[in-house]
Amino acid sequence: MSSIAMPRISATDQRESLRPLALAAPLLLLLLFSFGAPIVALLSRAVYEPTIANALPRTVAALRQDSGAGVPGEPVFLALAADLKQAQAAGAVYEFAKTLNTRLPGARSQVLRAARIATQDQATGKEAMIKAAPLLAEEQSWAAIRTGTNRFTSFYLLSAFDLRWTERGTIGAVPADQAVFLRVFGRTFLIATIVTLATLALAFPLAFVITSLRPAIAGIVLVLVLLPFWTSILVRTAAWTVILQKYGLLNDLLLWLGLTSDRLELMYSRTGLIIAMTHIQLPFTLLPIYSVMRSVKPSLVRAAQSLGARPFTAFWRVYLPQVMPGVLAGCLLTFILCLGYYITPVLIGGASDQLISNFIANYVNVELNWEMAAALSFVLLASTLGLYVTLTRYLGLDLFKMG
Amino acid sequence: MLSPYPTTAEWVRVAALWFWCVLVLIFLVVPIFVPVPLSFNSGSFFTFPLAGLSTRWYEVVLGTPRWRAAIGNSLLIGLGATILATVLGTLTAIGLSDPKFPARRFVVPLLISPLIVPVVVTAVGTYLFYARVGLANTYVGIILAHTVLASPFVVVTVGASLTGFDHNLMRATSILGAKPLTGFLRVMLPLILPGVLSGAAFAFVTSFDEVVVVQFLANADQRTLPLEMFTGLREQLSPAITAAATLMMGLSILLLIAANLLARRSRQNASALSE
Repeated sequence: MSSIAMPRISATDQRESLRPLALAAPLLLLLLFSFGAPIVALLSRAVYEPTIANALPRTVAALRQDSGAGVPGEPVFLALAADLKQAQAAGAVYEFAKTLNTRLPGARSQVLRAARIATQDQATGKEAMIKAAPLLAEEQSWAAIRTGTNRFTSFYLLSAFDLRWTERGTIGAVPADQAVFLRVFGRTFLIATIVTLATLALAFPLAFVITSLRPAIAGIVLVLVLLPFWTSILVRTAAWTVILQKYGLLNDLLLWLGLTSDRLELMYSRTGLIIAMTHIQLPFTLLPIYSVMRSVKPSLVRAAQSLGARPFTAFWRVYLPQVMPGVLAGCLLTFILCLGYYITPVLIGGASDQLISNFIANYVNVELNWEMAAALSFVLLASTLGLYVTLTRYLGLDLFKMG
Repeated sequence: MLSPYPTTAEWVRVAALWFWCVLVLIFLVVPIFVPVPLSFNSGSFFTFPLAGLSTRWYEVVLGTPRWRAAIGNSLLIGLGATILATVLGTLTAIGLSDPKFPARRFVVPLLISPLIVPVVVTAVGTYLFYARVGLANTYVGIILAHTVLASPFVVVTVGASLTGFDHNLMRATSILGAKPLTGFLRVMLPLILPGVLSGAAFAFVTSFDEVVVVQFLANADQRTLPLEMFTGLREQLSPAITAAATLMMGLSILLLIAANLLARRSRQNASALSE
């Protein structure tokens, strides 16, 4: 009898553990569809780039026959002309020229000219092609075309670190005039660090004072902290654009206090950006610190002092180690969120204060270069998620026990 | 904070600490209220003192077709995302409250991740993917994208109100012959309702304030209030923006105060039950 009952019990068990999962399934499926799939689709653009291979099927085949590494022979040029002619007819030549231009700066106009000539003539050979597109006489152009015909590419991810494959097949730095991204990443990390430290300097003392207030007053102060927390980033950024104007409130205040003798240019400046970001992030740093400080017993510090510790020693050796998890969690949270800032740099930062998110948006909106946007997204996402795992695994921050 | 017999040095330290904290509070609170008086300015500049009081900028925001359409879009998208996020998020929170939920270690961070992934990455990816599946420039697409961003708030607030929920109550309803749906509607939902409503308010505010995803997904007819503000701030600063900012801030603060009062009540409900 027991042998009949056993399977039934395990079947119920399984169904019982599936039911909670079934309740979560609709949201998980939506996340998969409208969050997971988009991110995968975007990131795959960083490594999968079939435009060149699709546009040049004959050239790819001819290059395979051609053994040399440098400028290939007549058959490859004939194949290229035929491919360009077909791409021109299919309307795919602009996309191809743009993609090649990313790898081979200056190629766009020459490729388009070569495609026009290839369309006009019956058979366009090496000489005519090189006349239309002088780039094709150079070895490094063919190196770029050869790597471009590979559908899977490391070009964009390397570019995100200002690196490239050299002609000798090694990885090296791109020419100094093309190196932009390391500087942008450096700037993003620098601004995130400054803002994090600024919020810490402002938040730590305030959180400490709130814990020492009577509950009713502490409640009021906490509402004041949460008020900006609940106001959208856009609204707060709008407020700062008003305050930071040349004839705005902050300049009025600085002049009135006699701290400056002239009106400062705070809009479209890094100072303005850091002030606004510090204001927006302050509650994010403060709340984790406050929630840890609240659980620290003040009697321990008093005990340290009654045992002869000076106030500073008691603070440094007894209080600080206890609140350190909150400090680290708050700082890391603010740092992570700063890495992804987009709105505030657009509206308050100057041209040299644009962060990595702004470059991603720009590659999509202006340059229509999805591959570069995808590669930069990959690096940004990897840094963010890496820090987020640290935050949850090692610091045990529960984002939602804060507010 | 002071010891029973404070020394002068101690007085100075404590006074300096308080002074610093007052400055921090001023820095925290004053900036968000700066647009409020300016929105009632009768002049077109952003400077104090005001030229005079007027509601002309509110008339612009509430009266011109462009701003009205934006407000309408914001409400439509906000309501759609709120309903979806609240229903899906509540179901998920109920599932998660069951101790037998499988692979919780991986599912919970996944559910929270829309808040951590930089919003530009989400927006650009969604734009790319929606173009392939035919959802670009549709209200449905924007609502789904906002549901993703808003759902973590619902999962967390409803989850919090379920922590004190006694699952024996559900067992009792089924022993007494109630179908699971009846048990949910008559016993569980009334108890967690404050948490659900609070999550819904958070979800609405998330969608109502969102601008980056909308910037990528919306066409000219789908522009929302924040997007209108964002473009206005980029192109040319008009005091109408201070009026729009004041309206948005007022709505967010009201809804979130309500949400927090509700959340507090749901925690009290939960602790009252567990006693």
